[in-house]
Order: sequence, then C-alpha cells, then structure tokens
Amino acid sequence: MADFLWRALLAGIGVALVAGPLGSFVVWRRMSYFGDTLAHSALLGIALGIALDANLNLAVIISCALLACLLVALQQRKIISTDTLLGILAHSSLSLGLIAVSLLEVRVDLLGYLFGDLLTVTGQELLWIYIGVGIILSMLLVFWRPLLAITVDEDLAQAEGYPVLWIRLLLMLLIAIVIAVAMKIVGVLLITALMVIPAATARRLTNSPESMAALSSLVGCGAVLIGLFSSLQWDTPTGPSIVVGATSLFLLVYALPLKGQREIK
Amino acid sequence: MRPLKFLACVSVARAKSRPMNTIDPILRLEKLCVTIGRKSIIENINLNLERGEIVSLIGPNGAGKTTLVRTILGLLKPSSGRIKKRSGLRIGYMPQRLHLEKTIPLTVQRFLKMTKHSSNDDITNVLQKVGAEHTSQRPMQGVSGGELQRILLARALLRKPQLLVLDEPAQGVDISGQAELYRLISDLRDELNCAVLMVSHDLHLVMSSTDRVICMNRHICCSGHPEHVSNDPAYHELFGLEATEGLALYAHHHDHHHDQDGNVVHLKEPCSHG
Repeated sequence: MADFLWRALLAGIGVALVAGPLGSFVVWRRMSYFGDTLAHSALLGIALGIALDANLNLAVIISCALLACLLVALQQRKIISTDTLLGILAHSSLSLGLIAVSLLEVRVDLLGYLFGDLLTVTGQELLWIYIGVGIILSMLLVFWRPLLAITVDEDLAQAEGYPVLWIRLLLMLLIAIVIAVAMKIVGVLLITALMVIPAATARRLTNSPESMAALSSLVGCGAVLIGLFSSLQWDTPTGPSIVVGATSLFLLVYALPLKGQREIK
Repeated sequence: MRPLKFLACVSVARAKSRPMNTIDPILRLEKLCVTIGRKSIIENINLNLERGEIVSLIGPNGAGKTTLVRTILGLLKPSSGRIKKRSGLRIGYMPQRLHLEKTIPLTVQRFLKMTKHSSNDDITNVLQKVGAEHTSQRPMQGVSGGELQRILLARALLRKPQLLVLDEPAQGVDISGQAELYRLISDLRDELNCAVLMVSHDLHLVMSSTDRVICMNRHICCSGHPEHVSNDPAYHELFGLEATEGLALYAHHHDHHHDQDGNVVHLKEPCSHG
C-alpha cells in the first residue's frame, strides 16, 4: 500500500475516534446546526491564517472559538431565536470566508477546504491531527462526568455544583478543535456529518452514554474505511464518499430488526 | 384580626412539637429582590428556614415561586437583598421537570450515578426509599410521570441534603399518588431531619404535611401555619373564591389587593368586610 494511503487511513481513523464521542454530545444537545455554523466559520479562519502567514490549525481553532463566544453572547441577548441566529451566522461566515479566500494573493485549493482532501495529507498534517486527537481524548476522559451532567440537565448540574458555563465553553472549544483537525478529511461543509451520523447510528445499538460514544467512534472508522476504499475503487471524491459510507451504515443499522433491544419511541 | 392571631398562636404551639432551633436558621433571605430584564419578578422576600421544618411555597402562576427557588439554589442572581446559607449547606434539588433528549441512552441507575460520590448501594437504597427500585434498569425516557418524580426525588436525596428544595414535586402524579408523595416527603424529613422547601399550587394537598405555608405573589402575602393561611384574606384574594370555597367568612383587614397583573394596589383605607 502506498504511503499516501497509510497517511490518509491514519488521519481518517484519528478524526473518527474523536468525532464519535463529540458527535454524541452534538446529538444529545441538539447542536448539529451549531456545529455547522462553527465549521463554516473555519474557512474565514483559513483565509485569515493564510493572510497572516500563521499556523492554519490554530487559525481555525481561534476563529471557531471566537464565533462560539459571539454566538453565546448573542444568544443571551435573546434578540432573535437561536435557530435564526445560527442561520444568519452560518451562511454569512461562510460567505465572508469565500470572499476572503478570493481576495488572497495566494492560490488556494478551495474545493479541498470545502469538501476535504484526505489523499494529500502530509506527515506534518498527520502530526497536527494526532496532537488535536490527543488533546480532545484526554479532555473527554478528564471532564466526561461534568460534560455528561450538563448535557442531561444544566440546572441540576449547576445546583449540584458543576461549573456549567465553563464546561459548556470547554465543549465548544473541543468541537472547534475537531473542526480544525477534521477539515482536511471531509472539509468544512461535511464535518458535522462525520460527527452526527456515526453517533445517530450508534444510538440504536447502545444503552449507555459511554457505549454510544465508543461505538460512534467505531462506526466513524468504518465510514472512513468505506469512503477510502470506494474513493480508490471508483475514483470518487474522498470526503463525500466517507459521509456516504457513514450514511449507508446508518441506514443498514436502522433497517435491521433488532431483537432483545428496547425500542425508544 | 384578633381571632386570627389567636388561631395562629395555637398553630405555632402545635408546630413546636418538632425539634426546632430558632436561633440558627440554615437559610436566611433578607429583602431579596429579583429583576429579569426590566421586569421585577420577586420583591422584598424575607424568610428563615429552620432545620427539620417543611415550608410550602404557594401562589398562582407567575407569582415568582420558581424564581425564588432558583435564586436560593444559585441559578439566578438576586438584584438586591441577601441570601445567607449556613456554611457547607448541602442542598438537594428536585426540578419541576426534566427535559431529556430521547437520543441519550440513559438508564435510571446511570442517571442517579451522575451525582457526585454516589455508590451503587446508595442508589439502591434511595430508590427503595422513594419506592422506585423497579425502575433502576429502565431507560429514563421510558418511565411514567409519577416514577420520574420519584427518581428526581431520589437524585436529590443522594446528596444527603440538609435542605431539600422541591419544585412542584407532585406534578404529573395522580391524586392518590400525590397524597402518598407528600407523606413520603414528610417521612423523609423525619428520617433525615432536613429542612424542606417546596413549591406547590395547591394548599389543600400540602395542608397535612407542611409546618409552614408561605403564600406569595411576587412578595409574601401571608405566611404561617396552613390553617392560619387558609383563613387569611390575602390567600382568598390570591386564589379566588372557587379555590377556597367552603371556608367561613370572618372579619378581617387588609391593606392591599392585586390587580390583574398581580401588581399590589394599596388601599387608602384598609377595607373591612365580613
């Protein structure tokens, strides 16, 4: 197997490992539109990063984190509903990003950023991905209990002494890091799919938060394998192929009749 | 007013049978006000809570009961006034309802495990105490309304509370279940010797299992032993005749009534009807 394939596989699996548990939180907290909005702002981060000649991963993390803070601040003002607010921010940040990219003097592979370019992952990028994966996994392990507590009920969590606001910010920051590292794999437009679809697939087969998070990671890895294979076999774009792979696993799991499993209606 | 005061004295004497330490309240509210936006939600609340007493907070919708409770828990910030808690006070909180996404796979056992330092034995014990041990392996989204209330109560108990704060504990529970639940709360108070502050809509139901009733509509309208309060004109004023029918009329004074928005309208001369 060629080197670029190994790198692609390792990068994809690394991202799938963290997208699973974080995707579970996105599903539990109904944050998928929020994830989309953050991901769309990543393009703006890329443009700024290139213009300032900064590290692109850091630029993306910072721009996502800033947007998350802006969102929280605007949410608390309650001028318009969160849904509308997300609709405004998601598309205006994407448009701003596209304009900013077009203004750059450097030629940028726009399609690569929008839909991912897994097959061109470099050794350097792989290192960055695994640094991000390491940070996210260790944070998840350390803060799992408070993260779960605020997800189940923020009031109860606060009354029991969890620092709800800080934990919520931590979750947003972790999602920002996932976006930064997953951008190379599936691109800003498809990142949320890599988080949400494996988690939704795992939901049907599990009955504890921990097993759902773990199985989401596995489903994500499966999707990466399917996507990479079909991309090689039929010369399809890798990012979308991974998402379609995840969707087919989702459909498969929901089509199967499950025995001995309690159905939640 | 005199006959009323006399009644109140009798009630207090009866309530004295509970062990009480009136010098050292576990919770004291001083002139507490909460304003959200420009709207004043609660005004000038003074309240002492003693160990071992059950205090019920009643009042119509929008009276600020839940706001008061949330402020005591630290979920809302008072705009003025003070909350003094005995240092290290452990509060167990039972929220009015729980919005749980169907996408979270969570058994009752696992839900209770989320409280800090709770062992499996503790969980089995509290579930037995509230009579919901049969639900422990069921998914949280698959229990009935009444079972959910018991499970929420169990979670509050896991904190080994010195103060139990219950926001409409009997919500979604059928009538016979309600009486049972209030009895359970009363028993738990005896067992744990904790204070209980609960929000309720209905004085009649909490009557038998409460030591003190606070009737509020933004501010405290009247308070005291349930019998005292159920005879207080402010209570009738607040809940209307339908809710309080069957109670005798008697001479009384009051210096204010409420308009449709619940605002206090002070009367120039105290009225007197009988």
